[in-house]
Amino acid sequence: MSKKILLIEDEASLQKALGDVLEQEGYKVIGVTDGEAGLKSAQAEIPDLILLDLILPKMPGFEVLKALKSDESTKDIPIIVLTNLESMGDIEKALELGATTYLVKASYTLEEVVSKIKKICG
Amino acid sequence: MNFKSVLEQLNIRATCKQYGLGLWRCPQFLFLLMGLVIIVTALVTYFLGTRYVADPDTVSLIVLILTIILFVITFSMTRSLEGLAEASRLKSEFISIISHQLRSPLSSLKWALEILISGRFGKIEGKPADYLQILADNAKRMGELISSLLIVSRIEQGRFPLHKAGFSLINLAEEAIAEFKPVAIASNIEIVLETAKSNLPQAFGDSSQLKLVVENFIDNAVRYTKGAGKVAVAIAFQNDKLLFSVKDGGVGIPKEDQKHIFQKFFRSGNVLKYQTQGSGLGLYIAKSIIEKSGGKIGFKSEQDKGSTFWFTIPINKK
Repeated sequence: MSKKILLIEDEASLQKALGDVLEQEGYKVIGVTDGEAGLKSAQAEIPDLILLDLILPKMPGFEVLKALKSDESTKDIPIIVLTNLESMGDIEKALELGATTYLVKASYTLEEVVSKIKKICG
Repeated sequence: MNFKSVLEQLNIRATCKQYGLGLWRCPQFLFLLMGLVIIVTALVTYFLGTRYVADPDTVSLIVLILTIILFVITFSMTRSLEGLAEASRLKSEFISIISHQLRSPLSSLKWALEILISGRFGKIEGKPADYLQILADNAKRMGELISSLLIVSRIEQGRFPLHKAGFSLINLAEEAIAEFKPVAIASNIEIVLETAKSNLPQAFGDSSQLKLVVENFIDNAVRYTKGAGKVAVAIAFQNDKLLFSVKDGGVGIPKEDQKHIFQKFFRSGNVLKYQTQGSGLGLYIAKSIIEKSGGKIGFKSEQDKGSTFWFTIPINKK
């Protein structure tokens, strides 16, 4: 059975680019565009991996991360923070809250992001 | 400062207009006014002092009033300088916000181009592929420019922490040289590390930031070597510090441009002549990083003969 990836990203074009490539790689991709919807789908679908942006409408990424990590049903799902915020403070905060890894969009090619996902998700 | 620039300074109305400031908020005008009031105060004091020796109360009162006027002018001058500092801060903040906002659409653009070029969803060949590559190269340049602008705004806002630790400068140089090898080979340029991996002490600083400086030096040396040539990278241990240098036999920097070379957005006449790409931010950033690391930065250059850029950095004493 193909693995499920939840993509919480408000930028539609990034969501499409990443979603298309991941589907081609054989993953099932669920895309949502705000923090609240992201938290709900995570709890309903229990995906194998979550890609999380930090600047999100309705519920900021840090809060989504906190909620996911304090919920019994979702706390073990690996979370990759994928954002354009790059201050040391944000990176430390995300890792402290339990993110598996932290990627700055501007510093990675799509292929590099996909290979990180493969490494974590299998 | 020559006579002409003094005269230009005196054309206060034009200067203040240029900054978008009213006369009463313009430091230059207020400074001139203060100077005049001081002179008048001195003259009045002298005049009254010699004439009305019998009536010291009036003299004191007048001097007191003039001093109060002086105080008011100084106060508004301070306020206006505060205003200018605030404007500069807002400008840096503005750059930072804009740069962040630009990054999202640019990431989309870069990733979409990457998908097209990779041929994942159908191969594109011939001329269309060339144009896609042009788009991708320019998206990359734009990304680099935005990153530079973000670093500059952080430097100017004083939010530029360095995470210092001991590291091997020669390893860092080797990494940077390896990165630039393909570009250099394509232009018939040889990059040589002239220092053997001997017993150089470790450097002390933020290696990721210092890598930016090393890359900037090598990048410039390769860019400004026109035709075949050699770029020599060397590290020496000197006066308790490590001295890193990059020497090229390129176009050099014209004498009149040399004093501006570390200024923000400055681009030498040679840049325009040889149509070299760049933002004019690299050396400004390099200087800030080196100075914050406790080192010095400098260069020697002769037009048409080449340049040597160098910096020093403390060694790891732990």
